[in-house]
Amino acid sequence: MTSFDAIVVGGGHNGLVAAATLAKAGRKVLLLEAGSKVGGAARTEEFAPGFRVSSVAHLLNRLHPDVVKTLELEKHGLRVARADFMPSVALSKDGAPLVLDGTYGEVLTGASSSEQCAWKELRAQLLRYAGILKPFLSRRPPDLAGMSLLEAASLGQTALALKKLGKEDMRDFLRVLLMNVADLLDEQLADIRLKGLLAFDATLGSHLGPRSPTSLLGLYYRLAGEAGGTAGAQVLPQGGMGAVVATIRASAEKAGVEIRTSAPVAKIIVEKGRAVGVALDNGEVLRANTIVSAINPATTFLDLVGPREIDTGFVRKVKNIRMKGDAAKLNLALDRSPQFTDVDAAGHKGRLVIAPSPDHVERAFNPSKYGEFSPEPVMEITLPSLADPSLAPAGACVLSAVVQYAPYALKEGWDAGKPKFLKAIMAQLESHAPGIGKSVVHTELLTPADIETRYRMPGGHWHHGELQADQMLVSRPVSGWSGYDTPLEGLFLAGAGSHPGGGVSGAPGLNAARRIIAIKG
Amino acid sequence: MNQQSATNPSGRIAAQNHFRTLRLGTPFQPRIDALARTRDWYNWAGYRAPHSLWDEELEYFAIRSQAALFDISPMTKYRIEGPDAEALLNRVTLHDVTKLKPGRVHYTAWCDDEGFVLDDGTLFRLSPTRFRLCSQERHLPWLLDSAVGFDVIVEEETEAVAGLALQGPTSFAVLRDAGFAGVERLKIFDLADFPHDGGTISISRTGFTGDLGYELFVPAGKALSLWDRLMTSGELRGIRAIGYTALNRARLEAGLIVANADFTTAEHAIRADRLRMPDEIGLGFMIDLEKGHFNGRRAILEARAKRKLRHVLVGLEIEGNIPAEHAIVYHKKAQEVGLVSAAMWSPMAKRNIAIASLARPYGDTMVEDLWVEIYAMRELQYQKLMKRAKVVARPFIKLDRRTANPPADF
Repeated sequence: MTSFDAIVVGGGHNGLVAAATLAKAGRKVLLLEAGSKVGGAARTEEFAPGFRVSSVAHLLNRLHPDVVKTLELEKHGLRVARADFMPSVALSKDGAPLVLDGTYGEVLTGASSSEQCAWKELRAQLLRYAGILKPFLSRRPPDLAGMSLLEAASLGQTALALKKLGKEDMRDFLRVLLMNVADLLDEQLADIRLKGLLAFDATLGSHLGPRSPTSLLGLYYRLAGEAGGTAGAQVLPQGGMGAVVATIRASAEKAGVEIRTSAPVAKIIVEKGRAVGVALDNGEVLRANTIVSAINPATTFLDLVGPREIDTGFVRKVKNIRMKGDAAKLNLALDRSPQFTDVDAAGHKGRLVIAPSPDHVERAFNPSKYGEFSPEPVMEITLPSLADPSLAPAGACVLSAVVQYAPYALKEGWDAGKPKFLKAIMAQLESHAPGIGKSVVHTELLTPADIETRYRMPGGHWHHGELQADQMLVSRPVSGWSGYDTPLEGLFLAGAGSHPGGGVSGAPGLNAARRIIAIKG
Repeated sequence: MNQQSATNPSGRIAAQNHFRTLRLGTPFQPRIDALARTRDWYNWAGYRAPHSLWDEELEYFAIRSQAALFDISPMTKYRIEGPDAEALLNRVTLHDVTKLKPGRVHYTAWCDDEGFVLDDGTLFRLSPTRFRLCSQERHLPWLLDSAVGFDVIVEEETEAVAGLALQGPTSFAVLRDAGFAGVERLKIFDLADFPHDGGTISISRTGFTGDLGYELFVPAGKALSLWDRLMTSGELRGIRAIGYTALNRARLEAGLIVANADFTTAEHAIRADRLRMPDEIGLGFMIDLEKGHFNGRRAILEARAKRKLRHVLVGLEIEGNIPAEHAIVYHKKAQEVGLVSAAMWSPMAKRNIAIASLARPYGDTMVEDLWVEIYAMRELQYQKLMKRAKVVARPFIKLDRRTANPPADF
C-alpha cells in the first residue's frame, strides 16, 4: 500500500492549491475529490450541447499572486494580460449606461465631469483603504493567544501602513471601516448608476443590502483582490474558470500530487484526539499524518469528524456559522449574441451590471430577509463566448450571470419558486436586451439549493460561510480556530470557509499549506 | 408577537402570577413548613430551603447518631435516555460511563472546551439506556447542544421528581421498617426501584455525609406519602428533618466539595483566574484519558503537559479549635498562598479541619510551613490567630458503617 504524508479532502481550487503547495515542499500528497472532476464550483462545464460555461465562479479577480508564483501557474498556462481587463458597465433603463474602464474605473465614461472628479477621489480612497486591509485579507490571521514575533512584526507593518496614510486619512479609514456602503456613496457621489454598481459589488455574494451595517467591507474584500498584478482588475479567463483550475491541477500533478476523483470521503478517522486518516464511502481506509479538509467547515466537523470527537462549545460555534447563500447562477445558451441597449461592442465583452441604483439593490434585498426572492433581481452578466468562441457553437452565444437575491431557504420552496424567479430574471434581461428571450436555446438556473446539491456547498454559499465582519479574520471559520488548525491534532482546514474567504483566490489553501509546513517542519 | 395577542388577557395575567411566589416550595414543603421552628430559610436554586429547622447542632448530631431526613428536591435533575445516552454522557463527563453498570451511581464532573469545570454531580444509571444526572447548577442548553449527533432525549425533571436524603446510622433500619423489602441488598453506590404508594421510587445507597445513608427519588405526586412513611417508621429510630447547615458540616467531615462554595463553576466565574480544571479541585482522579474523547480532553492534556495547572485543593488540619472559615493561607506566615473555603471543628474527628485552595507549588510539592490567619471576633475586636496548618488527606473521617454489608441495624 502506498502511504501518504498528507491527504487533502476536496478537489476545489483551494484543495488543489493546498495539495500542490505541500507537494512542492516535499510531501507525498493524495487528493480526494467526491465529484467526477476537480475544480468544485470553479469548473467549466457543458450545460447544453456545444455550450460551455464557468459553472459558478465566472470572473477572475482575486487569484492570489503568491499562489500564481508558488505554483508557477504561468508555466502551466495561466495568462492574464492587461489587455484582458474587462470594463464594468452599469446598465440603465432610461438612458445611456455608465462604463468603468480599465481596473475598476480608471476611466469613467458617461458621467458628468463633476462626478468624474468625485469618482476619481473615491476610487483612489477605496483602493488605498483596501490596500491597508490587503495583508489582513491574505495572510494567516493573527493568533491572539500566542502571537509569534513574525506575526507581531507583520501586524506592526500594517500599523505602520496605517500611519503612513496621514492623520486625516487614518481617522477616515477607521470611521468608514464598518459603515454601510450606501451611506458612504451618498457622501461622495451623485450618479445613481455608479452608486448602484458599487452597492451591488459590495453586497454580491452576501446576505446584506447596501444599507445593512458593514456592507462596505464587501467592497474592500473585492478590491483587496487583484488580477495581473493590478488591484481591482477583473478578467474572463479563456476557456472559463475550469482552465484556471486546470493550471493549478497541472502544477499539483507536476509536484507529484496523486489525484483521485469520484472518491467521496465518508469519515475522518480520529484516534485519541488525532486525525489519522479517512474512510471513503466504499469503506476503503487511507491513513496519513496530516489530513487537510478543503471542504466546508461544518461538513468537516459535523459530518466527517462527527460531534463525538469534538467539544460541545466547538460544535456550538460550528453550528452557528451562517451560510445560507443568497446568489443564484444563470447560464443561458443563446442562438445569437444579445444586444444590450446603448452598449457598444467593447461593453458587451465586459461585465454588465443591472443594479440601477442603491435603492433598487436595497429593495431587491428586502424580500430575501423574509424568505422571498427579489421580484426585480440585480445581477452581473458576462458573455464569455464573445472573447472565447470555443465556448459556444458558431454564431451562438453563452450568457453567464450571477443573480441576487435568491435566498437559500425560500419560503415557498425552490421547486415552486424557481420558475417564477426565472421569469423575474428574464423580464429584467428583456428590458435591457430586448429580444433576448426569443434567442434562448437552453436555460440553466442554479439556485443556492441547486448549488448546494451539485457542488456540495452547504447552503449553496460560495464563501462557505457568510463573509461579514463577525465571520471574518480571527472569527473565521469560528473564533479561537482561525489559523487553519483545528481542535484535532493533524487535521487542518483549507477551504473558503477559512480566512480570508471565498472567491477564486487560493489564499485559504496556500495559507493552510504554509501553516502545516511551518508547524511540522 | 402573534402568540401574545392571541392569548386571552386573563390567561396572560394568570401566567404572570408566578412572580408572586418569590421562592418556590418543594413537594415536601407542607411537612417542612410544619417542622420549621427557626424559619431560617435560604434560596436553593429558586426554592425555599431551610438552613436549619429547629437546632443546627442537634440536626448535625441527628446525622451522626440517628437518621436525618433532608429534602434534596431543588437539586437539578436531568433525564438522559436513548440508545446513545451512554455515549453522550461519556463525551460530556469525565468518568468512563461505559464502566458504570445499570443500577449503579458515580460521582462525576464535566468541563467546557477549555477544560474548566462546569459542575460536579452524581450520575445514576437507571437502566442500560436511561440515566439521571444530578447537579448544583442548571445545564440544559449545554446538554442539549452536547446531544447534537446523538440519538438521545435530554429532559429536565427537577420539578417532576422530588428527592430525599436519609442519612445516619439508623437510616437502613428506618427503610427496612418502612417496608422497602430488599433494601439491605444495596451496597454503596447501588440503586434499585421499590414500590411505593401504587408507584415506584428509586433508592440508592448514596449521600453527602460520609455516613450510612440513602437517597430516594419519588414522583412529585407521591412525595408527601413517602415523607410520612419514613417519619412513621423512623419515629423510634430518632428520625429528624434537618436543614443545610447540619448537612454542610457532615459533608466537610466527609471531605466533599460544593460547587460555587469550594470552587467557582466555569459559567459563573467572571474573573479569568477563578476558573478551575479538575486537577485543580481534587477531581483529577475522574479523568480517563483512555476512554475516548470527552469535553475538555484536549485542554486538560495540554495543561498537564505544559504544567499550566496553577491551583490545588487540599484538606487542612489546623491547630487549635477555632474554625478557620475563609481564612487566608500563608507560607512562612508571610506569603499569601491560598484561601480556606470551608472549615469547622469536627466533633467526629476531634480535629480542626478545613478545605482550602492553594496556589501551586504550595499544597502540591511544598506542604511545609503553612499557616492560616484566623480572625476571631472577641467582643467587637478581632483577635488575629496565626495557626499552623497541615495538609492532610480527605475524607477527614471514615465510618465503617458507610460501606458495611449488610448495613448495620442500629
